[in-house]
Amino acid sequence: MQIRYAVFTPILCRTQRFNCAINNTRLQMLFTQTVPGAIYLLATVSPRLDRYITLVKAYKMSMELDVFVGNTTIMDMEVYQLWLDGLTVSDAVKVRMDEGALLECEANPEVLTSDTMDQFRTFQMCERLLHSPTKLGSQLLYQIPAQNQIILIERYYEFDSVFAREVLGKKLSKGTKKDLDDISCKTGITLKSCRRQFDNFKRVFKVVEELKGPLVENIQRHFLLSDTLARDYAAIVFFANSRFETGKRKLQYLSFQDFAFCAGQLISYWTIGAMDSMMEDMDVDLEKEFLNELKDLKVLVNDKDMMDQHKILVCAALRGKIKVYKLMEVNFKNLSRALVNLASKLTHTKDVRDLFIDLVEKFIEPCRYDRWTVAEITLFLTHYTNAAHCLGTFRHQMIWDRYMGVIKSSQCSPLLHLSLIKVNYLSPTPSISSVSPPVNILNELNTFLICKL
Amino acid sequence: MPGKLKAKIVAGRHLPVMDRASDLTDAFVEVKFGNTTFKTDVYPKSLNPQWNSEWFKFEVDDEDLQDEPLQITVLDHDTYSANDAIGKVYIDIDPLLSSEAATVISGWFPIYDTIHGIRGEINVLVKVDLFNDLNRFRQSSCGVKFFCTTSIPRCYRAALVHGFVEELVVNEDPEYQWIDRIRTPRASNEARQRLISLMSGELQRKIGLKVLEMGGNAVVGYLQCFDLEGESGLVVRAIGTACTLDKLIPGSEIKETLPSSSSPPPFSPSKLCSRQSSSSDTDLSLTPKMGKTPPPSSPFLTLCLLLSSPPTLDLTEFPFFTLTCFPPGFLVHIGGVVSARSVKLLDRIHNPDEPETRDAWWEEIRQEIKSHAKALGCHAVVGYSESTTICEEVCILSASGTAAMLNPRFMREGLCVYSRFDDASPPSCGFCHIPYDEFNMPFPAQLTYCYHCRRQKVPDVLFTTIDLPAEAAVTGKGCLIQARLCRTKKKAQGEVNATAISNLLPFMEYELHTQLMNKLKLRCMNALFGLRIQISVGENMLLGLASATGVYLSALPAPGGIQIAGKTPSDLSYDQHISTMQKRINDTIAMNKELYNIHPPECIEEVVGSPIPDRQRSRLFRSTSESSDELSELDLSHGKKDAFVLEIDDTDAVEDIQSLLTDAPMPAGFYSCNTEVMPGIYNWTSGLQMFTSVRVYRLNNANLTNQGLNKIFTDLCENLLKSLYFKLRSMIPCCLCHLNFTVAVPEEELIQVRRHTPKNTSPILFIFPINILVSIRELEFGENEEQLQFSMELSSSSERCSPLPEVRSRSLRSTRSLPCGAPVTVVKMTPLSFLPRTRIVKYLGIINMFFIRETTSLREEGGVSGFLHSFIAEVFAMVRAHVAALGGNAVVSYSMKECVFMENPNKNQAQCLINVSGDAVIFVRESDQEAIPPLITCGQTSTTGADGTT
Repeated sequence: MQIRYAVFTPILCRTQRFNCAINNTRLQMLFTQTVPGAIYLLATVSPRLDRYITLVKAYKMSMELDVFVGNTTIMDMEVYQLWLDGLTVSDAVKVRMDEGALLECEANPEVLTSDTMDQFRTFQMCERLLHSPTKLGSQLLYQIPAQNQIILIERYYEFDSVFAREVLGKKLSKGTKKDLDDISCKTGITLKSCRRQFDNFKRVFKVVEELKGPLVENIQRHFLLSDTLARDYAAIVFFANSRFETGKRKLQYLSFQDFAFCAGQLISYWTIGAMDSMMEDMDVDLEKEFLNELKDLKVLVNDKDMMDQHKILVCAALRGKIKVYKLMEVNFKNLSRALVNLASKLTHTKDVRDLFIDLVEKFIEPCRYDRWTVAEITLFLTHYTNAAHCLGTFRHQMIWDRYMGVIKSSQCSPLLHLSLIKVNYLSPTPSISSVSPPVNILNELNTFLICKL
Repeated sequence: MPGKLKAKIVAGRHLPVMDRASDLTDAFVEVKFGNTTFKTDVYPKSLNPQWNSEWFKFEVDDEDLQDEPLQITVLDHDTYSANDAIGKVYIDIDPLLSSEAATVISGWFPIYDTIHGIRGEINVLVKVDLFNDLNRFRQSSCGVKFFCTTSIPRCYRAALVHGFVEELVVNEDPEYQWIDRIRTPRASNEARQRLISLMSGELQRKIGLKVLEMGGNAVVGYLQCFDLEGESGLVVRAIGTACTLDKLIPGSEIKETLPSSSSPPPFSPSKLCSRQSSSSDTDLSLTPKMGKTPPPSSPFLTLCLLLSSPPTLDLTEFPFFTLTCFPPGFLVHIGGVVSARSVKLLDRIHNPDEPETRDAWWEEIRQEIKSHAKALGCHAVVGYSESTTICEEVCILSASGTAAMLNPRFMREGLCVYSRFDDASPPSCGFCHIPYDEFNMPFPAQLTYCYHCRRQKVPDVLFTTIDLPAEAAVTGKGCLIQARLCRTKKKAQGEVNATAISNLLPFMEYELHTQLMNKLKLRCMNALFGLRIQISVGENMLLGLASATGVYLSALPAPGGIQIAGKTPSDLSYDQHISTMQKRINDTIAMNKELYNIHPPECIEEVVGSPIPDRQRSRLFRSTSESSDELSELDLSHGKKDAFVLEIDDTDAVEDIQSLLTDAPMPAGFYSCNTEVMPGIYNWTSGLQMFTSVRVYRLNNANLTNQGLNKIFTDLCENLLKSLYFKLRSMIPCCLCHLNFTVAVPEEELIQVRRHTPKNTSPILFIFPINILVSIRELEFGENEEQLQFSMELSSSSERCSPLPEVRSRSLRSTRSLPCGAPVTVVKMTPLSFLPRTRIVKYLGIINMFFIRETTSLREEGGVSGFLHSFIAEVFAMVRAHVAALGGNAVVSYSMKECVFMENPNKNQAQCLINVSGDAVIFVRESDQEAIPPLITCGQTSTTGADGTT
């Protein structure tokens, strides 16, 4: 008989079981049970079994300690991703094996396991530093090349948009953290990874919550993130602070990116930082004063003359340009009322939270019912906004622009998805950093549309 | 009062939270030197305190300056209870005492605690004002430079090499004092760290005095070791080579000091002959045909030379040199490896001030080495090193070196040797020629005429402990060759144990040697460099590990093949088995030839094709060996006859052959060696990395055979190498240089952390730490090196960050990535004595540090692996910080001398000791100074960019 590569675990080679196995000549069975971390044995042809057994017995030995440290910390970014994904060492080894890591450098599972363990340990030890990325650059413990530091930080703070969508607008508290296993089940992301992402959100939130100045820049300064990622975090912080309702079924079709875009718009129009100089103010909260002033917009629907005039102006501009013109003409008052009422209600925190659900219920759904297209809605909103400027008696132009700026742009994003609604919202967005919202609102609309389409 | 030490505490950062209530710390600092202590003010409620203290001034003797470290303790102020220690920093101020080295120590030091590891950093400024002391009887030796480097440091010129210096200091180990029963682990560790720091300071001072006495100004190849003898005490010993060094003026002469830069100057053989006739040994060359003449000539001449040669050789009792790399022309001939071991029983050192016993032990061994060298017809020993291994009360002392003939002019005063005007170095084969007499050989060897010059005799194989001389002619590439051996031993105590070990030792040496020889033949090589044999004792086993770099020296004859012979030819299947084996061996040899690119210019057929003449030759050779019976006992050449014919008479031999063949070949793109330079590869890049890997295995079965153990041991080593290759696969093509293995078999008691009664639950422990220092050099083939390097860097970086936008954003943000403070200086570490493609402009002083780390929460720190991983990382960090504070950007000749690890998983405890040393240097890239063509500039910028990665 000849046994070539034999693999067994330390448990399997307990003398008793082993002897018995040999007596029954079931060696093959014993040996074929590969377990990661098992010891490889190259057994050669041997006429006498007992000699063989002594060889095997000799292998009753275990690796107690296995450490590999470099002056420059070497990190395999593929393994880093596996670690970030919350895989256990044995799972990571399996993944790496499937990816063909064994073909390189004549590796065997033991080598692979050892390497994976080592890397995971390195990451674990670095994790403490990653919690405050600015420390990573000045710490002396690990010599990590600057560009690797950047990758390390960026990857550590990257998140799954599916996960972010789940916790968006929720309070980043212990209670939410307890529900993470549900989210983990729902999204298929490992609990460990969920916890990391959640803790990242919370950490960023805690740091920038009380800081003055532009939110995105604050995040960038303290966490050294890329522009896109910092914007996403700004959205998460903003939503978590204002606690917008996003979990309702009617909002399920919206992806994280959609909300992130809306958050960007809200930040650039409705916060104190939007209007004043960028130094002194805070980006995290909506401007109270502005929200109060929104009440004044009521005149648009309460003043019958003004409303009629508004309607005439819009209709004149849109005549022949949109297919749903008839329906629009009929529904104009309802639509206008919905938008203006929404604005006037925003003084109450609860209504602020329900901003998105209200928008969908009061404005988007009627439009959808009437089968408006995205382009038509965009056009309508543009003229609807502009027409108000031509109303002689309307004196709240500034507020109006600020308000409609958001409505106009954020409507477009949700509405877009009316056509895409059948796409399974669970499928993760391929790249989080797909679009960066620019500043100019009209250009931005166009780019956004083009990108999305 | 010849010195004034000034220290200033500037600031701290990243301090740990000491007050749970406020999440802040009220930190202050104590600065202590000798018996004087200063304190800073308390900086309340901050994790980043700014003390900005005044200059604390210590007026001290320079003797103290050399011995004592500056001790900085960071504490947390507590109004009601005792102040809590955050951690300590020990700063060795020795580098400040030499006028040429650093002038100020300034920088961030990690605050180190033996229980918690690194806890924040502290910014310190240290200066020394020295007053000249011309007292003849002074006890200090300020100004003597120390180098770990085992060659003449790059920016110096050896005016004179004085010879061997050694010193030894003993003390009681604080760990075993009675007070240790009552003090905390932290206090005990700190006492130990401080004591060792003191002892090594004292040791350096004493060696410095000896050097001054000899008239030198520097110690090169300084090797310091600790023997933790447990109950019997603590020994710190050091050896080195005293030299007079002149600083080179940067400029024209630099070219010469770099070995890679220029080939040895041409010479005419005739001229050479005439020169040699005047010096040492030329009788052989002059009378090659007159073989029958009585042989006194050459040894006689040597002796004369010894007598007539400068007094420096007589001054040092032992003509030993710890150098492994020499200026061209220094080495005349190499005899072979000489080694000596002795087994001693340790007893308590009663009087620490008179370490006579230990001195006598070493004296004995050195004498033995000296006599071995004499037997080989050599008057000196180069590449000399000493080591010990301790198991309970048994201690093995070993010393080894390479017997050699040196050019005496280097030791004569007033003669400037290392310069161009001279007739230059011997030819590339000179060192291979035998120094001993052909007809009165100390051991059996087969002599042939040198394949290079055809004038003098050379042996068929050459084993040495030194690096390959730069001028040597080499065919093909070199490779790492290891012999591994495990022997079981009965458990015994005291005298019996010592006897058992000493009985086993010669057999082990013999077998290691046979293994080396076989492996060398299998790779078709004929010389070993950097041979290092380590024997470690365990409670019931002995481990032997020999590593060396195999090379095919063009001057030596081509090695013969290996032939297997069976003893019982009757069995047909057996014969068949043997013939298949033989075929496999022949195939392997052929494959290795290809792999290492060994194509000797002649007699290729003779080598592979005809095993029978080989056999005959070996027979013949055996007869000569029988006739000559003046073998010295520890001579390594016993095994020569077996190198050619392997007789399979028992299963062991089968195993041997198996193990011979199962040595896995290196993956493509990898090269490895344990010397400084990889023979046969010359196109280095500056990408260089250093790693340390430690592994511990536990063997659970007591009833092991030698075979079984051997197999395990071999597999462990192979596996470790495999792991290394796998981890470094992204750096292909690369070369692992200075691969340094260390094995140890700790005792059972040691594994238990002390201070608790040892309770052995696990039957037998086989702990096996391998400690590797690897330096990686990327290299590539072809002429356009720089460009290739460029593309390689690029591909690796883009590979790692697959999403494209990231790459873009990264480059955009790289400027603002490190906003807080100045970025940390990148400090390179390497076990080599130089950095490829760079020029060392200044040596800043020796780094010699000793750390202890202990934990009582092993599980929480990620188990033993996590604990050791973070400790090694911490040690690296502290070394880097010290170098950076001296103003340096690299450590060369770095080595981790000691790594003792003890654990008690049941008690959740572990303890580890690490000793590291090296030379702090400032280097600049070669291209920074010279004008370079534009094409290379582009590549160079890329390497400078890549510098961050290394």
